Amino acid sequence: MERGSEMNEMVKLFVIVALFSGVAGGVLATVRSSTQARIEYQQLKFVKGPTIKTLMQGCSNDPLVDRFKISDGKIERSFFVGKFDGKASTVALETYGKGFAGDIGVIVAINVETDNILGIGVTTHSETPGLGSRAKSETFLSDQFKGLSIKDPLQLKNDGGAIDAISGASITSQGVCGAVVNSSEVYLRLKSNILEKLKTI
Amino acid sequence: MAKSVVQEFTKGLWAEIPPFRLVLGLCPILAVTKSVENGFGMGMATTFVLVCSNVLISLLRNVIPKKVRIACFIVVIATFVTVVELLMQAFLYPLFLKLGIFIPLIVVNCIVLGRAEAFAAKNGTVASLADGLGMGIGYTLALSLLAAFREILGNGTFTLPLVSTVIPVFPSSYQPFTFMIEAPGAFVGLGLMLCMMNMLGKK
Repeated sequence: MERGSEMNEMVKLFVIVALFSGVAGGVLATVRSSTQARIEYQQLKFVKGPTIKTLMQGCSNDPLVDRFKISDGKIERSFFVGKFDGKASTVALETYGKGFAGDIGVIVAINVETDNILGIGVTTHSETPGLGSRAKSETFLSDQFKGLSIKDPLQLKNDGGAIDAISGASITSQGVCGAVVNSSEVYLRLKSNILEKLKTI
Repeated sequence: MAKSVVQEFTKGLWAEIPPFRLVLGLCPILAVTKSVENGFGMGMATTFVLVCSNVLISLLRNVIPKKVRIACFIVVIATFVTVVELLMQAFLYPLFLKLGIFIPLIVVNCIVLGRAEAFAAKNGTVASLADGLGMGIGYTLALSLLAAFREILGNGTFTLPLVSTVIPVFPSSYQPFTFMIEAPGAFVGLGLMLCMMNMLGKK
């Protein structure tokens, strides 16, 4: 009899804790699903937003709102659309290159009519402050990509391209080039889908 | 024992102001008081968690068995902390970027579990609400005060919370006492505050 009531007690405790956890899980799932879209937008606005805005200067829409996703194999890629002169002519996408101390995120804006690069900008990196970090804080490197065609060799001069590296930060510069090359490959691979999606915007 | 609701509320503002009198919840007070904006934001987040968990726990105090009470309290607190984290990401993203890891760490802030265990589990809902609100506001005040002290000396500015307007306190010729916004400055600042509180409280 003694043993039975102890078992009952155990079961009761178990049920109560399980009930608490279940309700908590339900509440969290609700809050999460109702804030998810907004959080995604906030992250875009504050992390990638400033870069995208500078690249798409003069566009008539909000590239953060006009965005679409295309699945590229297992990865979903986000594209941001810039409208110039009433035409959705520019897409921006983010890819990563291998830097000196981790991945460098680079956003590349490409004109879909001419396949020229409108501009590039570094979003996230963990490069050495004062050396590699200049890829983000100064425009020396990113300015050189402006107006190049994505079919040009987008490499440093040492690697057979036309880009001057930041002195003291050749690995970082290589990483940025790598990211731009990545973007151009993704862009060419998905171009037909991109054009398809642009028609709907 | 029969304190009025007003007394439960006001004790958190002075007589039992959490970091200075109870000396609880010191990790965030050392870590996030680099600017008034951060200190105030952290205080508000903690207040929200404190009020919600106090009310819910005092409502459920007769349902929660003694043996598993800590587990239940932590589940309740952790839920509210995650809610705060999500809401802050959705509505105050820049503040979330600054506070970062310290928001989830509210779960292990002694002051929240402390009030749940020492007060809400034994008192009525209204009293617990007053207690949580008082403690939370006291905590926010303490964080803001220390943050103001550190920011004014260490940076020569005062950042208005929520609107992020930076007001210069000293003229631009002021050479900032950067030590104060570094980590050791937090210890020194907190030490001075505790010392001052003890002097003021001395009969």
